[in-house]
Amino acid sequence: MSARLVRLAEADRPLLAFRLDGRAATALDGDTVLTAMLTAGRDLRQAEFGSGTRAGFCLMGACQDCWVWTEGGGRLRACSTPLVEGMALLTRAPDTWP
Amino acid sequence: MTARVVIVGAGPAGIRAAEALVGAGLHPVVLDEGERAGGQIYRRPPAGFTRSPAKLYGSEAGRAVALHRLFDRMAADGRLTHRPRTSAIAVRTNTAGGTLQLHGPDGVGEVGFDRLIVATGASDRVLPVLGWEAPGVYSLGAAQIALKAQGVALGRRIVLAGSGPLLTLVASQLVKAGAEVAAVLDTSPLATQLSGLREMAARPGLTARGAAMRLRLGRRYHAGATLDEIVASPEGPVAMLWRDAKGRPQRTTCDAVALGWHLRAETHLAELAGCGFDYSDTWAQWLPRADPQGRAEDRLYLAGDGLRLLGADGAELSGRLAGLACLADLGLPAADPAPDLKRLARMLRFARGLAHAFPWPAAALRALPDATCLCRCEAITAGALREAADYGGAEANRAKSLSRVGMGRCQGRYCALAAAEIVASHAGTAVPEVGRLRAQAPVRPCPIGAAAQD
Repeated sequence: MSARLVRLAEADRPLLAFRLDGRAATALDGDTVLTAMLTAGRDLRQAEFGSGTRAGFCLMGACQDCWVWTEGGGRLRACSTPLVEGMALLTRAPDTWP
Repeated sequence: MTARVVIVGAGPAGIRAAEALVGAGLHPVVLDEGERAGGQIYRRPPAGFTRSPAKLYGSEAGRAVALHRLFDRMAADGRLTHRPRTSAIAVRTNTAGGTLQLHGPDGVGEVGFDRLIVATGASDRVLPVLGWEAPGVYSLGAAQIALKAQGVALGRRIVLAGSGPLLTLVASQLVKAGAEVAAVLDTSPLATQLSGLREMAARPGLTARGAAMRLRLGRRYHAGATLDEIVASPEGPVAMLWRDAKGRPQRTTCDAVALGWHLRAETHLAELAGCGFDYSDTWAQWLPRADPQGRAEDRLYLAGDGLRLLGADGAELSGRLAGLACLADLGLPAADPAPDLKRLARMLRFARGLAHAFPWPAAALRALPDATCLCRCEAITAGALREAADYGGAEANRAKSLSRVGMGRCQGRYCALAAAEIVASHAGTAVPEVGRLRAQAPVRPCPIGAAAQD
């Protein structure tokens, strides 16, 4: 399945490598975590109410829809967090989480 | 000792408030959730992006650049303290000032103040549409931020729906940037739009620019649309089902939808700081109570869209006015606010015209099918809320306790207005009678780890 977001401009930026659900992925320097995850895939997380997935909503830090997990068990707000080289991001809670 | 003034928000209002204070020799602390000052409408892309201001901000490029430069210069000269990527999550006040609890890059912290200026802006006012909880449905503001700050479109074929100036603006920005905009569905009928023109004539240039933008959207734009359903697969939207002004059913295929009906003032922090509220029939929402310069309570000032929904120009003015009010109350020399107040009155007239031309579609909301997801945070339906109102009565906070609508991640920011409308109509009472959801701290989530490390 193709990515959700489409790049229209500013595509000449250096590549950044990160991990998405355990697989190698790339994004561009200056991408937010949300942009990185949704240009590499389609979803940010599972909905905790109901069976669907979520992909963010407001992109301005107001709705809190886009909090995602990291492999280390941390959580971050995808729309307002810049992607950093080597980040390990998950669309599901890590198995080790209590 | 010089007064400690804290400004929350570095958008047009916060920047102009800071300018007024810095001009009088004060050294404000400016907290902002963004990486770089500018707010949402004049949001700056990260370093390394290359599109010109004209491309990013269109006809408003001059204003945007002036604000960015002003703020950067004040910060570089050490005239203010800028705390970027920092959220104010709670506030305690006392007779001498108070303390803000913060969450930022270094974890949690506090900052004390003698006076507080809250310029927290606004976010999209959205209403539920059957299917809107699907991944790939966003707010209109989100579509604009994605384009401006990241250079991306939210999908390959986008339907924009709602009403208000942002609808036309975002649509034309997306079209210009090369996105495929399948349809622009305005729920305001043409006759209603024309009825707002008399007041909108207070700013003829702006009105003409909007009309020209609208013309360029051509056949994509539909006035008087009724939204029936966002049909979605597990992957996201597949089509928007709607009816045109003549009531004929239409189906527009798409893979992304952006919704917005003008703006909703962001007032959680102002409320925790003690300000009162009045229901505004014009804006169909509760707005903070303050004098024309933004004085809300002793030592508390409000500015920008978080006080009155006047847009970026109005925010600049009201930011400056709040700064001047703060200076005057400190007994410091301050410019005469009269000329700015006069300009503000003109903007208020224009904004009222906009509100009348592009109204909140209350009737559509009242007719929302029971199956519609009302609270997208916790997947609670309109039917469940109506049932809660049957048990608990027509009061916003009780309906929240019983149904959980307003208790989720967004803390009611994207459901409270719709919920009040539905509860009121179900109980046969008026929306202001339902009351408003009380704000609760923290107004932004704060990971338990950040608090525990402190």
